Amino acid sequence: MTTITRLTDRLMIDKSKVTSFLSWMGQASKALLLPVIGITVFLVIWSIAANSINTSLGKFPGPVAVAGQFGALYQEHNAERVKAEAFYERQDKRNAARLEVDPSYVVKIRAYTGKETFVDQIFTSLVTVMSGFLLAAVIAIPMGIWMGLSPTLNAALNPIVQVFKPVSPLAWLPLVTMVVSALYVSPDPMVSKSFINSLLTVTLCSLWPMMINTSLGVANIDSDLVNVSRVLRLSPLTHVQKIVLPASIPLIFTGMRLSLGVAWMVLIAAEMLAQNPGLGKFVWDEFQNGSSESLARIMAAVVVIGLIGFLLDRGVLALQRWFSWDKTK
Amino acid sequence: MSTFLDISNIDMDFPTPNGPFKALKEVNLKINKGEFVSLIGHSGCGKSTVLNIVAGLYQATKGGVILNSTEVAEPGPERAVVFQNHSLLPWLTAYQNVELAVKQVFQKKMNKAEMKQWIEHNLKLVHMDHAMHKRPSEISGGMKQRVGIARALAMQPDVLLMDEPFGALDALTRAHMQDSLMEIQNELNNTVIMITHDVDEAVLLSDKIVMMTNGPAATVGEILEVNLPRPRARLALAEDKEYNRLRAEVLKFLYEKQRKVENINISKSSISDNETADVG
Ligand SMILES: Nc1ncnc2c1ncn2[C@@H]1O[C@H](COP(=O)(O)OP(=O)(O)OP(=O)(O)O)[C@@H](O)[C@H]1O
Ligand SMILES: [Mg+2]
Repeated sequence: MTTITRLTDRLMIDKSKVTSFLSWMGQASKALLLPVIGITVFLVIWSIAANSINTSLGKFPGPVAVAGQFGALYQEHNAERVKAEAFYERQDKRNAARLEVDPSYVVKIRAYTGKETFVDQIFTSLVTVMSGFLLAAVIAIPMGIWMGLSPTLNAALNPIVQVFKPVSPLAWLPLVTMVVSALYVSPDPMVSKSFINSLLTVTLCSLWPMMINTSLGVANIDSDLVNVSRVLRLSPLTHVQKIVLPASIPLIFTGMRLSLGVAWMVLIAAEMLAQNPGLGKFVWDEFQNGSSESLARIMAAVVVIGLIGFLLDRGVLALQRWFSWDKTK
Repeated sequence: MSTFLDISNIDMDFPTPNGPFKALKEVNLKINKGEFVSLIGHSGCGKSTVLNIVAGLYQATKGGVILNSTEVAEPGPERAVVFQNHSLLPWLTAYQNVELAVKQVFQKKMNKAEMKQWIEHNLKLVHMDHAMHKRPSEISGGMKQRVGIARALAMQPDVLLMDEPFGALDALTRAHMQDSLMEIQNELNNTVIMITHDVDEAVLLSDKIVMMTNGPAATVGEILEVNLPRPRARLALAEDKEYNRLRAEVLKFLYEKQRKVENINISKSSISDNETADVG
């Protein structure tokens, strides 16, 4: 402390600021220290374990090998980008040349159909999970509110929900695939069938936790608040807006977090099973590939899948904080 | 004076797993305009049930309520309720809580500026204008109850229904709130039904004290007219002969005529005039 005093006196800095900065540093290092220790221990155990596991594709990848693959995967992505740009450049030149010869020529632009890189697959999976989840939310939350408000509807739908909830969405996958290929016939589809299949599978598993939690939240609103609404003769719409929604926000978001967690897990499995584009397909392709680097690349995908799952959950949590009236929760 | 609120021949059966439970039997009560009526009785006798029927929140099994020559069929803002535990919407500020009521009741009669003025006027009436923009979680229990009263008053109800409005408050805050309520009542002269457990509160505030018999099948036991001059001052009344007679009447009804045998313990059966008299 005396050195600080001398230092602050000499530099003419506010001493309380220095001490508060130091205590902040202390707290931050405590909050950082334990996770850092945990991760380090994990990495050490992983590399020791990896070293002693021999598979038919060589040694199980340790942290260093996986880290190396991250770099390689990113470079492959960049290389693919360069190729794609070159392709479009050539196409533009060709079209321009033909237009010069024949001004009535209708320009055809073809999309580049190169190999989908790791980064592309991440992007595909993210778009799929978000679309499927949003579609589910748009259906499940209003339904849940309606079920929570009407005991009759709840009694009618509850058995259906309870039976469908425990079904693994992967069991739906063949049905979804057949129905989509029967119904989704368009000569020039906006989005691919495989995207629709994955999306609907995600939707089917996201529906139930959101619906159940929303209806639970709505049905358990403090009866005094409902009485206030009755005395005021609020219209059903105002009742939902002013009373039902704010009161059930915590449970609605609990349902959303549960749903999104399940959705992300299911999507990867569905992509593996159905060979639909996405991270699941990446994992499966690498597995089939069976090169000496495959396991490290799959491990890299596992880490990314975990990180994205974590970030998705945090995202919903942040959204809840933003929406909720009670900022302490 | 003509009857403003007529509760006639009300029976209330609650369905229970062991058949219907008769909570109320032949409850009759007539209330004049501008009258302040207290409902007192032991816990579980059916006071809240009566109030909820008048509010329209419960449907009586038999009999009915007529207010201002119309039969009560459903809840409505002309019968504003102050609930025991304030029941403010926790996500709205004091101002917004009152605003929700005002917007609903006066949407066609007032413009924006008038509404704002009316909301602020009512919050001022209960001395809550200094904390208008605070949420219920940021104010004390007494303050929440004040906002609840402001919300009810802002509806300009024909009858104000209060279910133990000060039951959850400490004695000092309660005395403060009673004084506030008398002050407001002097100004507005509302028709009020208030449930209370507190004998002093009943005598201090009411024009009429309705004492209910014990359930099941509870009904109105006795009605006591309180003709003490207004404005009433708590301290002066402590020495007042008529005040103490009325107080003794209520205590006698509760602890002699309607003794609650199963709940009585030694200290309650030997209750005297200088002990605090709380029922239930
Ligand atoms: N919804 C209900 N279903 C069944 N019984 C009920 C219901 N509401 C009230 N009762 C019963 O009716 C009786 C009267 O209840 P009420 O709440 O009106 O009493 P109270 O006088 O307000 O009591 P307290 O002073 O404790 O608030 C009680 O015996 C209670 O158990
Ligand atoms: Mg009660």
